[in-house]
Amino acid sequence: MNVLVYIDLQLGKPRKNAAELLTYASKMADGGTVSALVLGPCSEDLTQLGDFGAQKVLHANAPELASFDGLTHGKLLAEAVQFSQSDVAIVAFDHSGRAVAPVAAAKLKAGLVAGAAGLPLGNSFPVKAFSGKALAKVKVLTSVWVVALTPNSIPSEKTAGTAALESWTPSSIPVSKIKVLATHKNASDIPLPEAERVVSGGRGLKGPENWGLVEDLAKELGAATACSRPVSDIGWRPHHEHVGQTGITIRPNLYIAAGISGAIQHLAGVNSSKTIVVINTDAEAPFFKAADYGVVGDAFEVLPKLTQAIKKFKAEQA
Amino acid sequence: MNILVCIAKAPDTTTKIKFNAEANALDGNGVTWIVNPSDEWYALVKALELKEAAGQGKVSIITVGLSEDDSIIRKALAVGADEAFRINMSPDSAASVAAQIAAWMKGQSFDFILTGKETIDYNGSLMGGLLAAELDLPYIPMIEKLDVQSGIATMSRDIGGGTEEVQVQGPFVASATKGLAEQRIPNMRGIMAARTKPITVVEPQSIDSTVQYLDFTLPAEKGACKMIDPENMDELVRLLHSEAKAL
Repeated sequence: MNVLVYIDLQLGKPRKNAAELLTYASKMADGGTVSALVLGPCSEDLTQLGDFGAQKVLHANAPELASFDGLTHGKLLAEAVQFSQSDVAIVAFDHSGRAVAPVAAAKLKAGLVAGAAGLPLGNSFPVKAFSGKALAKVKVLTSVWVVALTPNSIPSEKTAGTAALESWTPSSIPVSKIKVLATHKNASDIPLPEAERVVSGGRGLKGPENWGLVEDLAKELGAATACSRPVSDIGWRPHHEHVGQTGITIRPNLYIAAGISGAIQHLAGVNSSKTIVVINTDAEAPFFKAADYGVVGDAFEVLPKLTQAIKKFKAEQA
Repeated sequence: MNILVCIAKAPDTTTKIKFNAEANALDGNGVTWIVNPSDEWYALVKALELKEAAGQGKVSIITVGLSEDDSIIRKALAVGADEAFRINMSPDSAASVAAQIAAWMKGQSFDFILTGKETIDYNGSLMGGLLAAELDLPYIPMIEKLDVQSGIATMSRDIGGGTEEVQVQGPFVASATKGLAEQRIPNMRGIMAARTKPITVVEPQSIDSTVQYLDFTLPAEKGACKMIDPENMDELVRLLHSEAKAL
């Protein structure tokens, strides 16, 4: 089948998740054409998208597309699906994709898979449900599909291919009713939903002044920082760091939790992490049942020791 | 200021999830249903705050569900919504819910529409976007701030790793995330008042489904947790590297 991937730009460059989306698309295309759609001016050589399987890149570089609007981008994605004769549109299940996918699906009258967690079998996709407490299979009943892929669902794979760049002029560019006034970057460099490693702290850390322990370890690991719900509710940490059922759901390769007991709502948000390390003073903490590795000990002592051990390990590997 | 808030029901956050014998639906036995947290805590409460600040207007809620869902509608009315609409069918997907609400909206007039960022059962987070697409309105997902002055809405939204401040004139759909408002516990007066507030039942349109949930499974249980001596973090690093391949 022919697959079209929506590539999200950040500061004029394709975001890192393009690699995963294109790998996924290539596996789904199974010999069909993999195209990429890029909307807005871009400072990078887009033929590089061929590294991960794009054969064709459609680039609409009208300056008014630089500021993101899900309605505009979604309509153009729908048009590009028809233009490229694609059967499937793939977007990331993130802050951009969640605004683009519904519009494209509504325009194309396509079935929409929200949060695909892997490759489909025929027309049925694995997705997460009940905030990670369960897995579901969703069957698409239409001929054209829109699939929003959960970040970190499959490892990206480099290919030797090259992509042909094609300048694309949509039939019309809808005027955006959204005016972007400003964008602010969070202090942390790594966005939590797509982080491969995450270090998280709970009430056991006793106060925001102790977060240096979490941040030091995160820095050593190249990890994002996160927290439990009580910690963000009392304002020790910003809301966007709250992982759990009513916060965000993540699935990093490595999740290290310190001073979090593991309430069912927290587990729901993190239990699809590949490897879970739990550090807690209470040997009976429910989180240990969901962990791969457990350390019964005081986070104030264990975290610095772990940070040191990682430092040492990195020095040995270097 | 007339605001529409779309709410859904969801199993209480402490629910231990189990499925029926065919594994194609949640086993509702013993499940406590609540108003989906981000619909109630953030979208509804923010709508009430804006109405109160404006000193006039109306907050309406709409849900797609059967008569058994009137209890969660009463809860939202007790929190402070003025009136409720219920489209009389069991919701089968975000797309059909959005299409039903969009069909009902023809002939209605609202300044803007709020909903929660996602439901905690299917986590699709798409209803707001689909509704906006059906209505051809701008959609702003994941807002954590909203201020409305003389018909211009200024919002701040989470863009994963940062925030974006945007302005929209005229009607729009936005989904609410943490930070937008604080949960309100209904008081006795609110609960009493909710009993007499109107719930209008609307019959659904015939709309084809585009996706179907086939079955559900529970994630595989983790093996036993390996306990590591807190004095020996080198051992943990070694295991993370050689066994878990996480480093």
